[in-house]
Amino acid sequence: MIRIIAALAGLVFAGVALLAFFNGAYTALTEEPQHSADHEFHLEAHGPKGGFSFDGPTGKWDIAQLQRGLKVYSEVCSACHSLKFVAFRDLEELGYSEAQVKAFAATKQVPGIDPNTGEATTRPGEPTDYFPSPYPNAVAAAAANNNAIPPDLSLMTKARHHGSDYVYSLLTGFTDPATFEKDGKRLMEEFPDFTTPDGLYFNPYFGNLNLAMSPPLVAEGQVTYDDGTKATVPQMAEDVAAFLTWTAEPKLVERRQTGWGVLVFLLFATVLAYFAKKQIWAGVKPKKKA
Amino acid sequence: MSFPWAKEYTPASGFTKWIDEKLPLPRFVYNAVGAGYPVPRNLNYMWNFGVLAGFCLVLQIVTGVVLAMHYAANAQVAFGTVEHIMRDVNWGWMLRYMHANGASFFFLVLYLHIFRGFFYSSYKAPREMIWLLGVVIFLLCMATAFMGYVLPWGQMSFWGAKVITGLFSAIPLVGEPIQVWLLGGYAPDNASLNRFFSLHFLLPFVIAGVVILHIWALHIPGSSNPTGVEVKSESDTVPFHPYYTAKDGFGLGVFLIIYCVVVFFLPNMLGHPDNYIEANPLSTPAHIVPEWYFYPFYAILRAFTFDFILEAKLWGVLAMFSSILLWFLLPWLDRSPVRSGHYRPLFRIFFMIFVADMAVLFYCGGAPAEEPYVMISQIATAYYFLHFLVILPIVSSIEKPKPLPYSITEAVLGSDKKAVLGENTQPAT
Repeated sequence: MIRIIAALAGLVFAGVALLAFFNGAYTALTEEPQHSADHEFHLEAHGPKGGFSFDGPTGKWDIAQLQRGLKVYSEVCSACHSLKFVAFRDLEELGYSEAQVKAFAATKQVPGIDPNTGEATTRPGEPTDYFPSPYPNAVAAAAANNNAIPPDLSLMTKARHHGSDYVYSLLTGFTDPATFEKDGKRLMEEFPDFTTPDGLYFNPYFGNLNLAMSPPLVAEGQVTYDDGTKATVPQMAEDVAAFLTWTAEPKLVERRQTGWGVLVFLLFATVLAYFAKKQIWAGVKPKKKA
Repeated sequence: MSFPWAKEYTPASGFTKWIDEKLPLPRFVYNAVGAGYPVPRNLNYMWNFGVLAGFCLVLQIVTGVVLAMHYAANAQVAFGTVEHIMRDVNWGWMLRYMHANGASFFFLVLYLHIFRGFFYSSYKAPREMIWLLGVVIFLLCMATAFMGYVLPWGQMSFWGAKVITGLFSAIPLVGEPIQVWLLGGYAPDNASLNRFFSLHFLLPFVIAGVVILHIWALHIPGSSNPTGVEVKSESDTVPFHPYYTAKDGFGLGVFLIIYCVVVFFLPNMLGHPDNYIEANPLSTPAHIVPEWYFYPFYAILRAFTFDFILEAKLWGVLAMFSSILLWFLLPWLDRSPVRSGHYRPLFRIFFMIFVADMAVLFYCGGAPAEEPYVMISQIATAYYFLHFLVILPIVSSIEKPKPLPYSITEAVLGSDKKAVLGENTQPAT
């Protein structure tokens, strides 16, 4: 009885699933498949030539690069993007001394309370403060940016697939849609109706190809590096992508170093466990025939 | 609850004698996972996953309890406290990655454990109760994992909670009120987050309780084995300790190596990047997908796209729940007197097709809801139900199994000199 009921239930579920299949197959056969520009002309993110210093299981931070990236963030990105999960004290990990961090923090204005009147005001930052947001709230951020709120950058490289490469590709990927081609096919020939709306900017690395952010890195020397590195656009993009990888995962290198120690120990222990197992079982395993 | 030749616990010192009289806990452990539990001598490595699943549960509870000390289940700050754990708590990043990936590895181990059961028909008499309790554990794990994924309050947390609780709204008449009741509101919010945290903390201990029942039920008939032939005499078994503690120790080492490679080198491989974006009720992610371990069932849910008498959504919900609940019926659907798939040639072919079918469902569950994935998942869904509810009962009735070895000893050594027909064919209780 139970098997008859079960078989009937199974046939019903399978039948309805197959009905849905034939319905889907009919639709697929009778309707033109839809093409879309963002589906066919989207580019996969790629890293800078030679990759990042922290790529691979033994990769490490390039401290000088992270310092340069901080400068790019401070002078360019921070005009619109917050970095709310990073505190000034964290910058000591980038090779700055306590005094340097204190001085850097003091150059930033953070929200505070007037000790005399209790009214909201601003005060110079301290090492324990977090990077301040460029806007007092989300409404102000939306109002200043054509309704597109600039996202917080603290976790950006973990919040996108291949995030470090994505940030680098996006920053260097702004181009003219009129001449853009992929695999020998021109966007304007395949999709003559394609337009980039006013206030948006064409970027093939962005999901729907049209991005609300104007190209932020436009000219060589836009940032003056303290270490004399030539500030080309790809260089600045690489440096800030590296910096944002650090802000998203500050423990990255520590994590891998711990991991190597753990793996060496586990390998050793597992080899021991294997031989212990072999020895214990030796008596009850059938003898191998010669 | 064991074989007559099981070794008896003998306290060695005055102190252990004293303990044994007052509270025989050492005796209990000795009989459960010590030398006092005789186990078939021919278990292969597929029998490692029960112990590994137990290890995963303990790992999740230990890391989870410490994480809970630093986490706050409040929609305003939850996302921030997770980042606080990652950045400011000593070894917080390691605990969180161990816990998040621990859930994935827990499910990996559970799936292998369950598929071991499918192939060797571990669910058959006299072990039906072990199987039923196992399915209960699996369901509880799914609920716990789902609620745990909501806690970081990222985009996938929020939208996952919305989609999964939204399933209940497909129920006619009472669906909407049930969804509102589950969430404590019309959309996931602080009330939902709080109750999910509370339940996420509670359920692992409920699981631990059912695990105790699962092992208790196991110790009555004793473990099954790859031949599916019941234990007949002492030469068929070895004591759990040291034989299987040593074997499980090695298995645990291999498991930990793979687990630690992921935790320390690829900790976000199994997660979704969108969950590093704070929950935003106004912005829907392009593709809402659950964690990978729900993919096959998510594929079944989405396979029903055609209104046939009932709404397509309701079909999907019914099918998804049925796809797991039907496992409860397995002991009665599979009628073959032979347990092990090694001796069931026809069953073996369909089992292989079923494994491939599950792999297809896995793939489709993670793919975007567009063609051809939906059509593929519809075929795979149909086979899933046909396999369990139609093919398995028929195959088990008509197939002619291969001859079984007389005993486990014969299967291992080629002959069984001491075997006594009839005696000990039923385990003593």
